This record gives sequence, C-alpha cells and structure tokens, in this order.
Amino acid sequence: MENTFIPVGMEVVYKKPQTLTDTPMHYCPGCGHGVIHKILMEVIDEMGIQSETIGVAPVGCSVFAYDYMNVDMQEAAHGRASAVATGVKRVRPDKFVYSYQGDGDLAAIGTGETIHTVNRGENILMLFVNNGIYGMTGGQMAPTSLLGMKTSTSPFGREASTMGYPLKITELVAQLPGAYYVTRQSVHTTANVRKLKKAIEASFRYQKEKKGTCFIEVVSNCPSGWKMTPIEANEWLEKNMFPYYPLGDLKAPK
Amino acid sequence: MGNTNGNPDVRLMKGNEALAEAALRAGMKAYFGYPITPQSEVLEYLTAHGPEHPEVVILQAESEVAAINMIYGASGAGARVMITSSSPGISLMMEGISYMASAQLPALIVNVQRGGPGLGTIQPSQGDYFQAVKGGGHGDYRLIVLAPASVQEMVDHVFEGFRLSEKYRNPAMILADGALGQMMEKVVLPPAGSLAPPDFAWATSGKSSTRDRNVVTSLFIQPERMEQINLALQAKYRTIEEAEVRCESIGMDDADVALVAFGLTSRICQKTMELARAKGIKVGLIRPITLFPFPYTVVRSYVDRVEAFLTVEMNAGQMVEDVRLAVEGNRPVHFTGRMGGMIPTPEEILAKVETIVHQPAKA
Repeated sequence: MENTFIPVGMEVVYKKPQTLTDTPMHYCPGCGHGVIHKILMEVIDEMGIQSETIGVAPVGCSVFAYDYMNVDMQEAAHGRASAVATGVKRVRPDKFVYSYQGDGDLAAIGTGETIHTVNRGENILMLFVNNGIYGMTGGQMAPTSLLGMKTSTSPFGREASTMGYPLKITELVAQLPGAYYVTRQSVHTTANVRKLKKAIEASFRYQKEKKGTCFIEVVSNCPSGWKMTPIEANEWLEKNMFPYYPLGDLKAPK
Repeated sequence: MGNTNGNPDVRLMKGNEALAEAALRAGMKAYFGYPITPQSEVLEYLTAHGPEHPEVVILQAESEVAAINMIYGASGAGARVMITSSSPGISLMMEGISYMASAQLPALIVNVQRGGPGLGTIQPSQGDYFQAVKGGGHGDYRLIVLAPASVQEMVDHVFEGFRLSEKYRNPAMILADGALGQMMEKVVLPPAGSLAPPDFAWATSGKSSTRDRNVVTSLFIQPERMEQINLALQAKYRTIEEAEVRCESIGMDDADVALVAFGLTSRICQKTMELARAKGIKVGLIRPITLFPFPYTVVRSYVDRVEAFLTVEMNAGQMVEDVRLAVEGNRPVHFTGRMGGMIPTPEEILAKVETIVHQPAKA
C-alpha cells in the first residue's frame, strides 16, 4: 500500500518501486543483489512494463528472485535460465523477457546455453551478476574467481595450472554477432548504480525494437563469501576485480 | 495439407513423420529438438513444413539439455509443446523432466527408443521402460506413459498425450521405438483443430493488474511445504491410476497362456498367437497401452483363467516386474526378450511358449 501522507513542506524524494514486493530480502548485509533487484524493478516501473515482463531466476543466491520481483517469473534449473528464457520469448515474442543469473550459473554449468542464446540473438536481456564466488552453496570457487583468490574449494588460492583462468565470458559473448549490446557495470557507488539503470533501460528499449541479445554484467561483491565487511568488500572489488573485469561497454550500438 | 473433400485423410507415412504431422494438427505451438537417430525425421519434417505453420515455433537447440529447458519455458508461458529424442538424448533431459513434473508443466515428450546402455546402437529397443515408467529423473514423480504399437497410434497418441498432459498438468511421454519411428504404414490423419487450444490461468503470460504474479517453480525450500507438494503430486498420480488405464486384450477369452507385451513386441506376439493356435495352443495377448498407469487390474483379472503369463520385451525384463506385481505369485510369470537392438521373431517366442504350456503345476 502506498503511503500518500506527505507532511506540509516535505516532498517525496525516494520511494520503493511498486514492482518490488514487500518480502524481506534474504541477502547478506552489503550484498549487491538487493540493489540490482531494486534498479531492475525501478526501470520496469518507470517504463510501465510490469504487465508485459516475464523474468527467469537462476540457481544461486538469487534463486528466490521471484519472491521479490512482482512480475510473472519462472525458476530455471542450474545454468539453464537463458534456455528457459528462450522458450518463454519464442512463444511470447511481444513480452519483455530477462534472465537474472550468477557467475556459476551463467559462466560454468550454463556456458553452452549462454553462448548459444546470444549466438541466436534471442531478444532478451541477460543480467549477469559476477561476484567471483559461489555464494549460495557457501563460498566455493567460481569460473570467475580471480587467480590467487581463496575460496572453500581453492583454500590455497586459485592456481592457473590446475584450476584454469578466471573466465571473461562477457568478452566472449561480445564477439558473437547475435549480441547487440554488451556492457559491464557495477553497483558499488551511487554513480555506478545510475549507469546500470541507464544500461537496463537501453536494453529493454532494444528488446522492444527486436535488436538481439542485450547482456549486462554487473561486477559485484560477496562480503560473506569473501569474509570481509561490506566496506572492505567494495574496496577489494575496486582494487582486484575491476582491473581484471574493467567496467564499460564492450559492444554498443553506434 | 491437402484438401480431402470430406473423405478421411489416408496416407502411407513413416512413424516419425506421421507423429510430426499429428503434432501440427493437434495445435502444437512450440517444438524444440536436437538430432539423434532414429528420430531425426521429426525435426526434419517440422522444419520442412514450418513455413506452412508460421504460428508454430520450431527450433533446433544446441543440446537436449537446452531443448528440454526451452520446453519448460514455453510450457510455463502457456504454450502446447512437444519434444522428441531417442534414448541417450532422453537421459540428458531427465533433470528437466523432473523439474517439469514438480512444477506441474504439461508437455508431450517422445522417446523413439534405441538399444543401450551407453551410446549403444541405433536399432529399436524397449530398454527405457524403467526410466519412463518408474522415474528416470530425481525425486518422486511419474510421467503419463503411452506405448504405441502402430504408425496410426503414433498419430493418435499425440492427441491423447497432449490432452492428458494438459488435463493433469503433468508431462506425458510416448514410449515408441526405432522400428515404429522408421516403418511406413497406412495412417488416417485427424483434421486440424480438433483439440481445443489450452488456456492456462497459471501461465507466465504477463502479470495483469487484476491478478497476483504467476510463478513457475519446483523450489519449495521449507520441508513442510515440499512434503505437501509431494502429497498433492501423489494424489494426482492416484487419480490418473483410477481414471486413465488403457489396455487391449486379444484372444484372452479361452487362453491358456497370456502373452504380455507393449509396443512393437505386441505386434510380433500377435503373429505368435496365430502360429500357436494353428498348433492347437491357446495363446492370448494382454497389451498395456498406458505403461503408467499400468493395467494391474486387467492383468490380475486373468490370474484364475490362464496357466501362465509370458512377458515379451526388447530388453532384459523390465515390464515383467509389473506383471509379477499384478499376478502376486498366483501363477508363473515367464519372460523372454532380446536386447541391444535385436528384435525377437514370432517363432522364438512360440518356442518359449511351448516350453511353458501344459506343464504340470508345481506341488
């Protein structure tokens, strides 16, 4: 219910998007998911497309995304969100369809689906949250974990000769002709949140124009998995993640 | 397809192609597939005839894993969907099928079986009975399983499969085999439009302002809730067992030996019946058409009327376990079968019949 009482001399400068439910989020303090959910729902509110949007949630920390996002949603098997989104979009071509996936989901078990969904140029938005760790299962190594990064399954640090290199899947998908707009963003500062919002708005606009796949990576944090305070985690993000995963557009329409 | 001027639309067709044409006539809205022998003609037929049906989504996926998840998405969005494959491909789909059973999504899944295990062979088999009927994927779930025995039933079961899966919000499977997929027979094709399109209030069609959001999920993290979901699923399966058993009995009125066989082997057993009766051996045939629900009651009804049962399958003996459950030890239940893509002959089945008929009852 919207609170319409505004004291004299005051004005509303902030409110929760109505497309975000009132369900308390289960995310850890300092986690980026809550902010990303909110921005995504805010765009859907402002574009007035709540009734025309269908979301697909992954397996991972955001597995309960449909509890927070007040749009029709489907929960996908681990890694298969973009295949599920393909199925939805193909039979509902006039709806806005997005998948919301983490790094394990999109860049490990679902790599095949990711590449082929983008290669077909499915008219969907793939929102990829990369925090370099499996958060939901308790902090295991992800395909995007940095070299030297200690996780519960790389306790001595990720080492390239046996565990391979952190996968730059966004660079990979940017090569594909089906990708129309590929960008890497973050939500660790207000300015970056605003940039992400613009990228999501652009993606839904392109989807309406049936331009091809829009792919947004959000380089985010995991204070619990990284065993840091939220402030430390954001500092670590800037110092370690951004040099390897630089922010900005990888492919953008001219 | 062609105008038949009110006459029945009779064709000579391959099983796989007849099934594909039937799906188009049954109002299928989306098909996602991946090539695998011996069922690739389904995808080939649909892509060739796609331009005549611009309203139907036909897509070759990058894998069976992707294809079954596309089916999940399209079914969840309210479309009538079909997917086809053969044994190894069906194994790859098992995770998705379990998810669909849990999320209660209707879909028609077709397994044109080949010999296994492993990569096996491309010749016909019935080796996936356990997988189709007893689960296959993880968790307590059931598919509605139909077993065609002719090209005509490859057509008829498409309509029946869509109807049952939508009625019960449950995936249905046609369990065929490579011979039924590849052989050509006369077939009468039903007219298009005879099956009403589905209209699912639960589908993710876009949340209007007048309803709550629809969520398609198989995740119920609280065990108390998950148990309730399981109880509801089990209640549904019991309803299906009550209402949807289909079985054919041939020559059972005076039979001393009951052959029990489904699909292709039931056709071979009919020839065995003829050969046996020419020799004065009274042989009948019980042909389960639904494998889940299994016709336990029908099989049991013959316990006091026959000397023995002989189950014939193209596997090492899978359905025979259900026949034994039905007979409950009251009569001998024998088995004969071939494996690995080999098809039993009527004569070798007859030889087995001759070893069991008129044997003195054990003391």
